[in-house]
Amino acid sequence: MMESVVHHHLRPKKKFPHIWCPGCGHGIILSALVRALEKTGRERDEVVLVSGIGCSSRAPTYVDFSSLHGTHGRALAFATGIKLGNPRLTVIVLTGDGDALAIGGNHFIHACRRNIDITTVVFNNNIYGMTGGQYSPTMPTGAFAATAPYGMIEQDFDVCNLSVATGASFVARGAVTNPVALERYIRQGILTKGFSVIDVVEPCPPIYGFYNKTGTALDMMRSIKERTISIKKAESLSPEELKGKVLTGVFIDREYREYTEEYNKVIEEAKRSIQDEEPL
Amino acid sequence: MLFYRLYRDKEGRKVGFVQGNEACVEAGLIAGLRFFAGYPITPSSEIASVASAKLPMVGGKFIQMEDEISSMAAVIGASMTGIKAMTATSGPGFSLKQENIGFASLNEVPCVIVNVQRAGPSTGLPTQVSQGDVMQARWGTHGDHPIIVLSPSSVPEVVELTIRAFNLSEKYRNPVILLMDETVAHMREKIVLPLKSEVEIIDRSITTIDSSEEYKPFDDCTLVPPFSPFGGKLRYNITGLIHDPKGFPTAREDEVVPLMDRIHKKIEDNRDDIVEVKEHMTEDADILLVSFGISVKSSLGAMKMAREGGLKVGVLQLVTIWPFADREVDIVSQQVKRVFVVELNMGQIIREVERACRGRVPVEGINRYDGHLINPQEILSVIEERMK
Ligand SMILES: Cc1ncc(C[n+]2csc(CCOP(=O)(O)OP(=O)(O)O)c2C)c(N)n1
Ligand code: SF4
Repeated sequence: MMESVVHHHLRPKKKFPHIWCPGCGHGIILSALVRALEKTGRERDEVVLVSGIGCSSRAPTYVDFSSLHGTHGRALAFATGIKLGNPRLTVIVLTGDGDALAIGGNHFIHACRRNIDITTVVFNNNIYGMTGGQYSPTMPTGAFAATAPYGMIEQDFDVCNLSVATGASFVARGAVTNPVALERYIRQGILTKGFSVIDVVEPCPPIYGFYNKTGTALDMMRSIKERTISIKKAESLSPEELKGKVLTGVFIDREYREYTEEYNKVIEEAKRSIQDEEPL
Repeated sequence: MLFYRLYRDKEGRKVGFVQGNEACVEAGLIAGLRFFAGYPITPSSEIASVASAKLPMVGGKFIQMEDEISSMAAVIGASMTGIKAMTATSGPGFSLKQENIGFASLNEVPCVIVNVQRAGPSTGLPTQVSQGDVMQARWGTHGDHPIIVLSPSSVPEVVELTIRAFNLSEKYRNPVILLMDETVAHMREKIVLPLKSEVEIIDRSITTIDSSEEYKPFDDCTLVPPFSPFGGKLRYNITGLIHDPKGFPTAREDEVVPLMDRIHKKIEDNRDDIVEVKEHMTEDADILLVSFGISVKSSLGAMKMAREGGLKVGVLQLVTIWPFADREVDIVSQQVKRVFVVELNMGQIIREVERACRGRVPVEGINRYDGHLINPQEILSVIEERMK
């Protein structure tokens, strides 16, 4: 059998079995990432995957790139140091919705604002999987969780709108039900010189499914298929028809001042300033 | 903008009349500092300002992060690319950095954390002096972990110890905390920066292995495993989970225990290289003042006055605070009748001093915790009272 791109990138002396439950979406996202990376032609040795803590943050462990599995919520901060330390590197952050937007929310908006050349993939299952089903900042109002036994009363974040508003260069939403499009968005994100966010709709059947009685993994995949609708298609629908739908596609694709390039200009300017002065 | 100037002496060394905070960056640059991430906080902020001006001049990088947690994470990330990195903060920020300091300790990431101590818990007395973070510097992050802490008592010592902090962090692949205090940070003294040829600069050892399959980032065949920068030839994983020699999560007892033992042993077995004390007139002393940081200056003042009055007082200065200089304190305390521990807190390092003295001599604290320095006269009064 011919070895697939994904198999080629699995860690040698495999760290398997992986920790993920049957029906979890994380594996689909990871394989889309690997295929996307392969297509960008980036040198394997020059890629660093960075993650925080959560089921999703275990993803880098399984593939053969340099990787840093950091502390909960701080993946983007570790990644910022890596990228600024060596701007040649392709730095990709793999993070859960809780990791990225609750404990890591502040780092998230500031990474968008800085527009540093990092690609962030949000494994968005609307719940804290690893700790057993507490509500996350993307859990829809009214849904149930281990810590929302009477239903979620808070409003949820829209990751894409947040990223656009705070300054990311490239923002897209994909879903595990369409891995081809997902791979394309991730590839576009990596190729964008600037901060990119790819929000991915995925199921967490044993936990989210359990608390919300959403059925089997297959039922949840079907439901994602029904809920997601492309930005283009949505344009022709009324607000009524759009109720409960999740938009997928590219939200924004703009290139502007990227942080590490701007910093290189600071270095040039600072070096010039010492030439002007008496040499010390 | 810089608020100080350096001049050249006849030998070409840079000299100046500078603050401790300014000296810290100048010395860092000599040691090879190339990355700084921080968040402003009194009384450490000048370190960030000077770093923002000076680092790009040498091709280094400065970033003001959104908080201290991310600053510490960015420092670790930068160090993983193979460059020397530092952050600086004070109490509230030092508390925020703790989780990631533990990450650096477990993953053996060289880095320097400057904590310019301010008085009190919480926001405390932001502009006033204290030495209240002695125990936090040792045990601030959770779990058993190795740490090295140095404390300068003057601006020239800031130069000496900043370089030493980088050297130790590179040599032992461990975070090193430079525990300063508000007075040392803000007072001005003359410094002479050593020429590159006059100081030893240590860089972390880099592995000669060139295959990812063979490289073990946490190899337990050696106390300090050689490093490989991210983006180099080798691909590997690091994690805040307890890991095997390859860097992958493990809960196997036969892998957990060797890792925990090794990261502690690399410091313990080298404690003679790491632990430094300075003795001031201890040879004939009857009374010993044990102190560190700015309180050493108060103690030296008291020593001088006491000697003028015929009391044989000596000072044992703890330059390295952690690991604690237990053997040195043990030896010197055997020659004296009384030990006083001078510190700007409610009694922290005194517990270690008592332990090292093993009940053979009376040990008593001379403390202030109101945001002010201890006056030499106050120390002298206590000594005179007890020696009546
Ligand atoms: C500082 C800190 N607080 C809390 C935790 C516990 N914790 C681990 S993972 C997690 C939530 C993960 O949720 P998410 O990021 O959505 O990822 P998922 O597991 O759903 O993939 C929490 C709260 C931790 N590890 N560290
Ligand atoms: S708990 Fe949910 S997120 Fe975690 S592995 Fe299982 S399915 Fe995936």
